[in-house]
Amino acid sequence: MNTPQLSVFLENKPGHLQNVLRVLADHAVNIKFFTIAEVKDFGILRMIVDKPQEAHTALRAAHFACSLADVLAVAMDDTPGTLLRLVDAFARRSLNIEYMYAFTDRHGKHSITIFRFEDPAAAARALEEEGYRILKWLSPGELQA
Amino acid sequence: MFNPDQESMRPSQRRELQLERLRWSVRHAYEDNPYYRQKFQAAGLHPDQVRTLDDLRRIPFLTKQEMREQAPYGLFAVPLKDVVRLHASSGTTGDATVAGYTRGDIELWSTLMARTIASAGGGAEDVLQVAYGYGLFTGGLGAHYGGEKIGATVIPISGGNTERQLALIRDFGTTMLACTPSYAVNMVDYAARNLPWFDFRKTRLKRGIFGAEPWTEGMRQEIESRMGIDAFDIYGLSEVIGPGVACECSAKRGLHVFEDVFLVETIDPDTGEVLPEGSQGELVYTSLTKECCPVIRYRSRDISRLYRDTCPCGRTLVKMDKIYGRSDDMLIIRGVNVFPSQVESVILQVEGVEPHYEIVVDRQGALDDVEVRVEVSEAIFSDELKVMSALSDHIAARMRATLGISAKITLVEPDSIERSAGKARRVVDRRKP
Repeated sequence: MNTPQLSVFLENKPGHLQNVLRVLADHAVNIKFFTIAEVKDFGILRMIVDKPQEAHTALRAAHFACSLADVLAVAMDDTPGTLLRLVDAFARRSLNIEYMYAFTDRHGKHSITIFRFEDPAAAARALEEEGYRILKWLSPGELQA
Repeated sequence: MFNPDQESMRPSQRRELQLERLRWSVRHAYEDNPYYRQKFQAAGLHPDQVRTLDDLRRIPFLTKQEMREQAPYGLFAVPLKDVVRLHASSGTTGDATVAGYTRGDIELWSTLMARTIASAGGGAEDVLQVAYGYGLFTGGLGAHYGGEKIGATVIPISGGNTERQLALIRDFGTTMLACTPSYAVNMVDYAARNLPWFDFRKTRLKRGIFGAEPWTEGMRQEIESRMGIDAFDIYGLSEVIGPGVACECSAKRGLHVFEDVFLVETIDPDTGEVLPEGSQGELVYTSLTKECCPVIRYRSRDISRLYRDTCPCGRTLVKMDKIYGRSDDMLIIRGVNVFPSQVESVILQVEGVEPHYEIVVDRQGALDDVEVRVEVSEAIFSDELKVMSALSDHIAARMRATLGISAKITLVEPDSIERSAGKARRVVDRRKP
């Protein structure tokens, strides 16, 4: 099962990030993972949140350009070389990573990497074949093994 | 056709009518208005010297500046007691000009707007929602009187209050809408965002007459597909009479000018030279039957092209292309002439882009910089940066290829460009002092 990621278009201007966060706060949406990819004038805010559908509806109603997309959340040991081996699994299958971002968990033992693929199903198969743990998205919003 | 005799008249017969009326109109201006008399005298011209339609060329032009200077009553050719209505231009550029109407002028105007409604396929069975502004602006009352003239059921809601507009479309069974094209788009957007259950296709709305600002084929397609209607361009200027000077017919190819009551010429805007039909230039209007404010060779500053074809609708009236722009809206960017409407057509060719944009012109040192701000709609948003960057690169490349300008394309958040219930403001020119 894949993880829904919420993405929002943001102009690169003071106050614009607050506008998004205020909507999420008003709807008691908790952000689990968060990253911003930016070019000169704008950025794309990408988030894993506890209530993705509700957050998406609220942001649309507030007239933000936003979308929900399937991403893969993968748990790995937080040790040298693990990410290399993982990426190698994709490379051998010619699966192109659109983008990715990673976090270590609060205990520092595991890291969680979020991958965006054009074909998430093929990537998920590759991960299963290589024995990686794809984290499942469970209500009310914790990523669980 | 509301006036089949006039609208499909044999061209040679119409020219005779035009000449007879032109001689009346010139004489009326000369004899009943001191400003025109002094102008004609300064040009060494007497109305008796107008013997053919070509003699029109001997008459000096009337400019918007003169109209402003003569406001409010300097160009009236009847006493105020015979004037039943005043309107003023919406002041798109500079100070307002004032137009007065006799009872006969109102009758003429109503008839022209009835022709316009009929030309778009409307008639007595229609429920016409007039969402042009009512007031000094000619749009609202012009469409209103035309609607009543043809016997339609007129809803005089005026502009703004979008939620109410939509409620009336649904509850009153509106079949025909009259407003600016940008306001029509605003209505659709508003419904999509705030009233997701509202479906234009489940209403009785069939057609719309849209005008008062230049718009493109791309915008027509957007309105037609999203509202599920036929969208027609209508044209007019308050200095000439208001809406009802020209309109599209069922062919939707060019606007028929009501030349039995308005003579139209094309001139080179720089030299004033009269150009042959088929050339692009500034349109010049002469009223043939107006009483209160005869306009003799009024320079509209609207740029278009006049031509004649055999129109399937049966009208023999001269056609004009959709207005390319107003000569004073024309941007000169690093020596290249560009109309905002051309920028719009480039933007709207990109799938999913909505007509919410703004052109910002600035000068960096000696060079002009153009920025086109385009709103990111849900349809074009992607969570991948490369897709978004490719989109702005694509628009910039199209702009370069088709208009010859290098514009910086800035993607902006939805709703960040100002919405208007009337004429949309498309250009911010920071070069002017």
